[in-house]
Amino acid sequence: MPWNPAYEPVIGLEVHAQLKTVSKAFCGCSTRFGDNPNSNVCPVCLGMPGVLPVLNRQVVEFTLLMGLATHCSIRPRSSFARKNYFYPDLPKGYQISQFDEPICSKGWVEFEMHDGTRRRVGITRIHMEEDAGKSIHDLDIDSLVDLNRCGVPLIEIVSEPDLRTPAEASRYLQTIRQIVTYLGICDGNMEEGSLRCDANVSVRKVGAEEFGTKTEVKNMNSFRFVERAIEFEINRQIEVLESGGRVVQETMLWDSAQGVALPMRSKEEAHDYRYFPEPDLVPVVVDEPWIAGARSSLPEFPEVRRDRYVASFRLPKYDADILTAEKPLADYFELVVSGLSKQNDETVKLASNWTMTEVLRVVNEKRVALSELPVTPKRLASMINLIVNGTISGKIAKEVFEEMMAANEDPEVVVKRKGLVQISDTVAIELTIDEILAANPAEVEKYRAGKQQVFGFFVGEVMKRMKGKANPKMVNEVLKKKLER
Amino acid sequence: MSVTLKDVEHIATLARLSFSDEEKRQFTDQLNTILSYIDQLNTLDTSSVAPLAQVIDTENVLRNDVVVPGLPTERALANAPARTEEFFKVPKVIGEK
Repeated sequence: MPWNPAYEPVIGLEVHAQLKTVSKAFCGCSTRFGDNPNSNVCPVCLGMPGVLPVLNRQVVEFTLLMGLATHCSIRPRSSFARKNYFYPDLPKGYQISQFDEPICSKGWVEFEMHDGTRRRVGITRIHMEEDAGKSIHDLDIDSLVDLNRCGVPLIEIVSEPDLRTPAEASRYLQTIRQIVTYLGICDGNMEEGSLRCDANVSVRKVGAEEFGTKTEVKNMNSFRFVERAIEFEINRQIEVLESGGRVVQETMLWDSAQGVALPMRSKEEAHDYRYFPEPDLVPVVVDEPWIAGARSSLPEFPEVRRDRYVASFRLPKYDADILTAEKPLADYFELVVSGLSKQNDETVKLASNWTMTEVLRVVNEKRVALSELPVTPKRLASMINLIVNGTISGKIAKEVFEEMMAANEDPEVVVKRKGLVQISDTVAIELTIDEILAANPAEVEKYRAGKQQVFGFFVGEVMKRMKGKANPKMVNEVLKKKLER
Repeated sequence: MSVTLKDVEHIATLARLSFSDEEKRQFTDQLNTILSYIDQLNTLDTSSVAPLAQVIDTENVLRNDVVVPGLPTERALANAPARTEEFFKVPKVIGEK
């Protein structure tokens, strides 16, 4: 539901991204997802007395990459702080985070809305912190706690209140996800919670300078919910204001089943974290060579890659957008292209079509990672080569593709085993066509009388007779020649 | 600097502790005694001294991203007041942190 146009929403997002390190932020425990409860824990992440956390170098590296990718300035000397609160999944009673000296600040990201307009959104700060454990509340009386996730490294990316619509917020979040996955620092999985998002939402009268009172919306674990939850909250606030009330600063929890955001019980919400410097960790000093090293390892980003596809592969922007949306897909596509025996506009477009349609389809249907697909880029390239050199038709190729998926075989093997080689034998095609024309004199008359549609009927008959293996181009040519004689 | 009874109540809530009125008064007095002792530091002029969070002059103590085995689950749970299977069991906490 769109909101009352007399009001303008003001939105800022706080995004938490779990970093893809193999060990935790401050101890050597594994970060693997889905292991047995409390099997990746040690005295440090269990908050035992007398232990000393030691920072994982990779956490700094990954955060630096994110900071550079989002045009942040990097603080030469940053430090950690304790954020104090009591909750059963936080055994220490505090979360190690960064407070007044975050490692990255004052950056920006840019993205394109669906109508082509560009938006630039400021990044206030990016800081390093640790995750808490997991509580399971679905039981009757007690809660169960698994501390495997406790101490897993996170970065928190805080945006400026620059977003004005739920759609912009969603696009911003997609952009952040695209950046972290391109950098390879986070798997971007919102369902498993590797990427989480809270929104600060307020509304003001259009033209007003001052911000309205904001609320924080939590628990939105998909792009769709981010949009819906923010829209809900915008409308709720406008309703409050329109009916003469005022917005109370509080935390709202999105309930996706009911499609509403409800205030968290304020009693639970003791927002007084009493930050103080973490005495157990020494400052992190990032010098110029370290920054330069990180900068040189930045990958080619989606928009640059997309523009390159348009310029050098001469692909439509539509194709380039889809192919570069996710790094694994773009990498896959480029491997297909490099496996083509002939590289020209036509073959590259074929590679694009097969990647966008069939490859994406099976990946979505079977929910497998591209890297686990039986149709490897090399196999897809070989299959396209078979189309290009006339061994198989595009239609037969669909069957070959399915067989490669099912039997995990090279396309050449599939074609041979199933006898799918296209018939490009002129004599065989001519003989079949002669038979069909002789058997259907009435249809031949119709065609010669000007009824062009009958042509398709003949093609269908030839293909049926030749079990779909006839070279379609040749069938068309020979048919035309014979019919128009 | 001093604390009031209200401050003590607030800190107690944050720490999930509950005290009798008698205890609250007692803690307010005790905390104020400690704070006034610390207050002596305020007689010093520190305007030209940078805040100090660390007493050792070291930086970049880092470890490589390598997995080191932690505690076996049984040992991790050994001191837990209550457990269910491999989980710590705690009184139900409703709402979010």
